[in-house]
Amino acid sequence: MMAFDLLLAAAIIWSAVRALTLRDAAHAVVLFIVFGLLMTLAWVRLDAPDIALAEAAIGAGLTGALLLDALGAFRRMPPAAGTGGWTRAIILAASGMLLFAFIHALLAMPYGERVVLPEWVAAQVSQSGVTHPVTAVLLNFRGYDTLLEVGVLLVALIALLAVAGSGNASRKTAVNPMLRAFASAAAPLGILAAGYLLWAGAHRPGGAFQAGAMVAAAAVLLHLSGRLPAWVAPGRLLRAGLAGGLLFFLAAGLFMTDAGAYLTYPPPSAGSWILAIETGLTISLGLALAGLFLVLAGQGRAQ
Amino acid sequence: MISSALLYALVGCALFVAGVAGVLLAPHPLRRILAFNVMGNGAFLVLVGLAQRAGFPDPVPQAMVLTGIVVAVAATALALALARRLAEPEDEQ
Amino acid sequence: MTMLEWTSAALLVAGGAFFLAGTLGLLRFPDVYSRLHALTKADNLGLGFILAGLALQADSVAAALKFVLIWPLVLAASAAVSHAIARRARQNGIRPIQRP
Repeated sequence: MMAFDLLLAAAIIWSAVRALTLRDAAHAVVLFIVFGLLMTLAWVRLDAPDIALAEAAIGAGLTGALLLDALGAFRRMPPAAGTGGWTRAIILAASGMLLFAFIHALLAMPYGERVVLPEWVAAQVSQSGVTHPVTAVLLNFRGYDTLLEVGVLLVALIALLAVAGSGNASRKTAVNPMLRAFASAAAPLGILAAGYLLWAGAHRPGGAFQAGAMVAAAAVLLHLSGRLPAWVAPGRLLRAGLAGGLLFFLAAGLFMTDAGAYLTYPPPSAGSWILAIETGLTISLGLALAGLFLVLAGQGRAQ
Repeated sequence: MISSALLYALVGCALFVAGVAGVLLAPHPLRRILAFNVMGNGAFLVLVGLAQRAGFPDPVPQAMVLTGIVVAVAATALALALARRLAEPEDEQ
Repeated sequence: MTMLEWTSAALLVAGGAFFLAGTLGLLRFPDVYSRLHALTKADNLGLGFILAGLALQADSVAAALKFVLIWPLVLAASAAVSHAIARRARQNGIRPIQRP
């Protein structure tokens, strides 16, 4: 299988370099989406199906949709002056040296006596309330990270709402009837798949992140088929949904303070707590990720 | 003979450096956002590839990368919104 | 190898052949409409063969059904997406290539 890895590695580097050097912005964005899908394959090869799911849905899918939607806005932008010849040569030479130093450091790095972290996780996973190790790390052992990360996502969305300004949110282009028919069948299936991923996360690849991404994908599809308007100012219900998952996570953490430590699950009911928190997170993450697209889609349509 | 996980870590190095060069050299904001994403993906590959070079999956860096992907898309969306405001004609601001 | 494994391998190889043909069409055909034709026809059939081949190797009936379920979903998605691409190309004034 080494031959496949080498081929995939070459394709990943090729698509990334093309995405950064192609003259036409639309071509570059399409190459970037190809790059994301190749990365998905790399994650599968690295035994990381959770990341592969997230990369396909968020890294390639949602990021690709954001970039494609932004293309129209940049078409009117005057071309900026490129970097001059000498600066360019110096930056390229410095990058080459940086690459050499990185590769040298990576190859020279000694292997430890034994790999510790996976063993710790494997030893503790039976106490965590779930059997899938990645979910155990995300929601239990490193629950703080996930809590703060949802906070970061919400802050980004608030900043986005402040920056984006108010455009006229109606799409002028006629909606493709075929896309409309497909969306009305695929969006409910997307929500169903989100429920499945949420439930599956306890014992196999899946969980709140991937489920939230499915919710966001359904929202993007509904917007493109003209059934869901872009966001200009989210109403009360939407705001409650966005903040609800994070607030529940915070409250649950306070409730489960064991011997002064925040967010320590009591082992007997840890599984139920994790499922409840993940359900809240799926709603919040799904709405926030959808919001990233729907706010941007409403921006700059005033002209 | 290097393991395939280490191979992907090396690919991650190449992506990171390509992204750095892209951020520094590209004049257009859209291209810089692409370069920033390529950099991020490179860092993710190094994180997981290096931890798994002995050949066993490691759930800890995998979970970190999972959160990283969501943060990256949030940063990308914010960057795009700022860049789109920059691209607006002067008289509308 | 058992009969089941042979059938599965034959289906996988057939699927691979269709994907190869589809990719060849994508690279060699002259305009966007004929490339879409190559991709949607050949690759979707190839995917069907590969999913059937994988379903035969699945551990349980439920897993096999999940493989089979992927096919109609991808068929519907690729029909909608390729139609959207072709429609957009036509709106942008790209004409189908004529035989010289």
